[in-house]
Amino acid sequence: MTLDKTKTTAKKKVEHVNAVVIRFVGDSGDGMQLTGTQFTDTSAMFGNDVATFPNYPSEIRAPQGSLYGVSGFQVHIGSVEISTPGDDLDLLVAMNPAGLKTNLQAVKAGHTIIVDTDSFTKKNLQKAEYESNPLEDGSLENYRVIEVAMTSLTKESLKDLGLDNKSIVRSKNMFALGMVYWMYGRDMKHTLEFFKKKFKFKPIIAEANSKVIKAGYFFAETLELIPNSYEIAPSTMPKGTYRIVNGNTATAWGFLAAAEKSGLELYLGSYPITPATDILHELVKHKHFGVKAFQAEDEIAGITSTIGAAFAGDLAITTTSGPGLALKGEAIGLAIMTELPIVVVNVQRGGPSTGLPTRTEQSDLLQAMYGRNGESPVIVIAASSPANCFDYAFEASKLALEHMTPVILLTDGYIANGSEPWKIKSIKDMPEIKTMVITADSEGCGPFDRDNDTLARNWAKPGTPGLEHRIGGLEKNEFTGNVSHDPLNHEAMTNIRAEKVKRVENYISDLTPEYAEEGDLLVVGWGGTYGSLHSAVRELNKSGYKVGHAHFHYINPMPKNTADVFSRFKKIIVCELNKGQLSFVLKGRFNQYDFLQYNKVQGLPFSVIDLKAKFKTLLKED
Amino acid sequence: MEDIAVKQYTFKDFQSDQEVRWCPGCDDYVILRSMLKALPEMEVKKEDVVFISGIGCSSRFPYYVDSYGMHGIHGRAAPIATGVKLANPDLSVWVATGDGDAMAIGGNHFIHVLRRNVNLNIILFNNEIYGLTKGQFSPTSLLGQKTKSSPYGNTQPPFQPGELAIGASARFFARIGGNTPKEMTKLFVQAEKFKGTSLIEILQNCVIFNDGCYTKYTDKKVKDDQQLHVEHGEPMIFGKEKNKGLVLDGLSLKVVTIGEEGVKKEDILIHDAKCKNDVMHHMLTKLNYPLVTGIIRSVEEPTLEEREAELTEQVKSNSNFSKVDDLFFSGETYEVK
Repeated sequence: MTLDKTKTTAKKKVEHVNAVVIRFVGDSGDGMQLTGTQFTDTSAMFGNDVATFPNYPSEIRAPQGSLYGVSGFQVHIGSVEISTPGDDLDLLVAMNPAGLKTNLQAVKAGHTIIVDTDSFTKKNLQKAEYESNPLEDGSLENYRVIEVAMTSLTKESLKDLGLDNKSIVRSKNMFALGMVYWMYGRDMKHTLEFFKKKFKFKPIIAEANSKVIKAGYFFAETLELIPNSYEIAPSTMPKGTYRIVNGNTATAWGFLAAAEKSGLELYLGSYPITPATDILHELVKHKHFGVKAFQAEDEIAGITSTIGAAFAGDLAITTTSGPGLALKGEAIGLAIMTELPIVVVNVQRGGPSTGLPTRTEQSDLLQAMYGRNGESPVIVIAASSPANCFDYAFEASKLALEHMTPVILLTDGYIANGSEPWKIKSIKDMPEIKTMVITADSEGCGPFDRDNDTLARNWAKPGTPGLEHRIGGLEKNEFTGNVSHDPLNHEAMTNIRAEKVKRVENYISDLTPEYAEEGDLLVVGWGGTYGSLHSAVRELNKSGYKVGHAHFHYINPMPKNTADVFSRFKKIIVCELNKGQLSFVLKGRFNQYDFLQYNKVQGLPFSVIDLKAKFKTLLKED
Repeated sequence: MEDIAVKQYTFKDFQSDQEVRWCPGCDDYVILRSMLKALPEMEVKKEDVVFISGIGCSSRFPYYVDSYGMHGIHGRAAPIATGVKLANPDLSVWVATGDGDAMAIGGNHFIHVLRRNVNLNIILFNNEIYGLTKGQFSPTSLLGQKTKSSPYGNTQPPFQPGELAIGASARFFARIGGNTPKEMTKLFVQAEKFKGTSLIEILQNCVIFNDGCYTKYTDKKVKDDQQLHVEHGEPMIFGKEKNKGLVLDGLSLKVVTIGEEGVKKEDILIHDAKCKNDVMHHMLTKLNYPLVTGIIRSVEEPTLEEREAELTEQVKSNSNFSKVDDLFFSGETYEVK
């Protein structure tokens, strides 16, 4: 149904809902990310659980009005547990025809679309490749369309402020936000305060934005086109102090915590690459903690400077994304050979080559596992949500430092840019990190002596008298550390390096299936797909199916109970945003089980609806 | 306890127990001995000395010095050393590299370390050939040179390391013959004292694959007539008779003979290594006759570590954060009750 514009509604209803999915779309310069972030923060502070998914083009300012220049921000808020940014939309706010065209298919039938009618000009319709105006040709019949001349109304509300036209038009996103705030009963207070802070030195811009958001809010309140508003009660999350974090920030903070906990200084050697760069952006801010963030001349200098810093005794990390990991391959081998503790963060994106820089994928798993010359095992772990990037960055540092070997931490564009509430962890709640540092005082232990349990070698920092030694990429003698080409020594050293990584399994947590300890189907995933798989499995169990969800955070080595978990289910399906890379690893290690696969490589996260449909089919097959 | 800042070391203190494995007659032995002699004169503690290398004959150097060291991967010594220095600016960091390692595979790092002015020392073993891979042309091999990978002659024009380095804003550039240990020892000590990236190009003879490549400059019989060893503040005079010198002729340097055609000693250019303007230093690096050795350029500027330290102090003094909890619980937090 389209809304009959002539009808008036005397009184507006308030409808109670558990959760809604909202997407703001517009030109990449329209401020959609800011609009979405403000709505998210306000909702979180209101007490809702939230999850977000920004989706933006790789062009910074793509040509105005073009289909490929559409920038979007999706947010899922609820009074119930929210584990994904949601699939289909309850509300689409489209600032231009291109945004409408590229996002319409996601809107649930009968649900709401708010459009800025001022942007539906002949020129913009052409750019969006519309043959006729969708607002007039009846193609939106199945939706509730709220047509608002946002640009004109914004201009009207700011006409006395003496601002230039460009600045005026730029604040129209706040008109949309004001409307959405009213629809969902949100308080504008947080955003009004945000303007004051952000535009402290440009009070006129703060005033303009405040005026426009209020104009949008009051417009929605009085507008007859919006029949009702919605109430989403606060959710029942564990008590505590929270903040909204995205995965990249959480990753950066995990390293800050690990540095403080271990008593080491933090070094980052990095080269800008989407979508990993925000970790660099975050860490360069924290010179007050003594963070040394070095923007190198290339990916290789990023990691090799990191190896240098690790040799000199820092908690040393490097951050990158797919193509960058390829460039770092040889140096990771050097870190394996020199047995230095470094962490390599790979925020995965669509590949191969440049691929889809701003889109998500899980297709670097095999590169992380095997993408080096020689027998070169590394520890590979993966974060699975924006907030737990904090924990896994901390864990990656702990494993590197305690086992004296490089760790690859995999995240992806989806959780790196997505955000959710984080129950803030204090440094005192984090586990201890015991480094392998030795000083001249420790008798009888040299830089090439190992811990009996972990096989980690000692770490003698340059500057320590009496422990002078040389390391390098050439094979070394097991006992003296000197260069050795001896055949049996090489085999012994190869085995030590492998065994050292394998023994990490004694220090990691078990694989714990959720929802079912045993049953008809085990859904297996790893990394950033946790939220989608968790939601799908939760919903199926609610409907009476016996489905478990086992999610890998430790991929090399794997938890010791992995085979035991697999043995308790009739069917196992491995779901990944790639062509089956974890499946490949599992088939090699646990060939006594059949692994079914569910794969998607569209640069997008899984749809919970699709996952449920797939799992149901498998459950019915018996 | 007696307070001794730096122990008096000898040659032997820095000699490692590893058997040196360069080819007999290689200039690398001269470089190593000169370094082992220079290290005790540098007023640095043995445990603070770090040698970093890439790959190649020259890159075996760290194994032979009893200090801290890392034999890295091909071309990457400069960024490894940069990481070491940024992590601990108190260390005395040295890079041992060759013409292939520094200027081919590591060319990018070479220019950027110089640009940044990290306070470390780079010894460039320039033998104009790839030795460890057995004799292919390098970025400094001559045009037309016949090598294993250019049997009909090299068609790739060479780099002049000094020219490239000064073009990349090198603050300290020196050149020295591989058969002059005394001068080399002195130069290493001077390089360590210089605050900033010091680059020393050593004209190193490869006895196996490029023997005699510098003979026309370095042979004892011709050396004085072919080399001009410059000293800051001194006239640029050379020759067995100390009667040849450099003057400006338009925009070029010209060799003149004192006492001929009315040329007096006062007419000879005085070497100014500390001149910020690098035009003269460029010209000196490019001369073939005479070949200029010694410290060609030495201009101190703040180092990367100094700039970083200053900025860090500034940020620290303006910040309310001293522990990560201060950050985590700051700003937009909210309570769930």
